[in-house]
Amino acid sequence: MSIFNYFLKKEKKSTASVAKERLQIIVAHERNKRHQPDYFPKMQQEIIAVIRKYVNIDDDQVSVQLDNNDDCSVLELNITLPDRSAD
Amino acid sequence: MAKIIVVTSGKGGVGKTTTSAAIGTGLALRGFKTVVIDFDVGLRNLDLIMGCERRVVYDFVNVINKEANLNQALIKDKRTPGLYILPASQTRDKDALTMEGVQTVLDNLAKDFEYIICDSPAGIEQGAQMALYFADEAIVVTNPEVSSVRDSDRILGILQSKSLKAEQGGTVKEHLLLTRYNPERVAAAEMLSVADVEDILAVPLLGVIPESDAVLKASNQGAPVILDHESEAGQAYLDAVSRLLGEEVEHRFLEVQKKGFLKRLLGGKK
Ligand SMILES: Nc1ncnc2c1ncn2[C@@H]1O[C@H](COP(=O)(O)OP(=O)(O)OP(=O)(O)O)[C@@H](O)[C@H]1O
Ligand SMILES: [Mg+2]
Repeated sequence: MSIFNYFLKKEKKSTASVAKERLQIIVAHERNKRHQPDYFPKMQQEIIAVIRKYVNIDDDQVSVQLDNNDDCSVLELNITLPDRSAD
Repeated sequence: MAKIIVVTSGKGGVGKTTTSAAIGTGLALRGFKTVVIDFDVGLRNLDLIMGCERRVVYDFVNVINKEANLNQALIKDKRTPGLYILPASQTRDKDALTMEGVQTVLDNLAKDFEYIICDSPAGIEQGAQMALYFADEAIVVTNPEVSSVRDSDRILGILQSKSLKAEQGGTVKEHLLLTRYNPERVAAAEMLSVADVEDILAVPLLGVIPESDAVLKASNQGAPVILDHESEAGQAYLDAVSRLLGEEVEHRFLEVQKKGFLKRLLGGKK
């Protein structure tokens, strides 16, 4: 390894720490899904059905997520409405 | 009462069978009557790692289908007293194991054995779930690598929700076994460290097995690596067995070993 490379390398994050950061995000996301209450998937379907009465959307344009914090849970609803010009 | 321990991982090829053979042998060496069951239907290879492939006559599925009784299917290990193997079947029928069948076999083994080690197939589907369902404890085998750690977390989720213990409101006791660990690469920040993996999975550490040439040598010979007392992997497995039995043993082989001048010259191998 040349001296030049050596200094270049110092600037970059080590691959191990990139791996750890990625894992922390994936694992947190998957655990969150795991701790959803049993009614959650059905509620999610119904919310989508209600929205569909008014707007034409695909399943993947809606994300319904439950975030559990220490003392409260937050229901997060994200809907990507279709391009208006497509109407 | 027999203790049922599943060796599981989610991801394939991380060292479950190597570990099942080593831990089973280690427990028998410590004087506990132990049976190791191969749950990997269709892909059996525990018998190869244990070196008893030529003595397989009947298997797990034959016992479940009542084509043979347990005593006919159990293979007594020739090296280690008190150690038995129940081989998997070569059938391609993945549904050959039934929950009731597995339960009956485990109940019968529990009358006779102190430890029942279940070598799980890879994956998180039915086969893996069958292997862990009746477990009291789980050894989660993980490699220091993103997909393996992710899959370990998934299998932990299944242990916590879909095991018999969990369904009864209890918990399966979890152990983390980090295998194929390479201290040189960890020192170079190219590999997740023990601390990183412990941080993410938050499961008590049973042991760290270094990446070691001795594992391949052992599998070539059909002798579990724990019998190779010279090797670091063998010693690390011995330590893990002690910890499984509740003893406090310090972790070894985590740091880069400084090779002496002569060893470096001769290209010392682990
Ligand atoms: N500590 C180690 N050092 C070096 N090689 C290892 C180590 N542990 C396991 N291996 C190798 O990794 C490979 C897979 O091991 P093994 O068959 O035990 O994994 P497995 O999890 O049972 O696989 P499968 O999911 O297919 O059942 C084998 O070639 C084995 O020799
Ligand atoms: Mg295996």
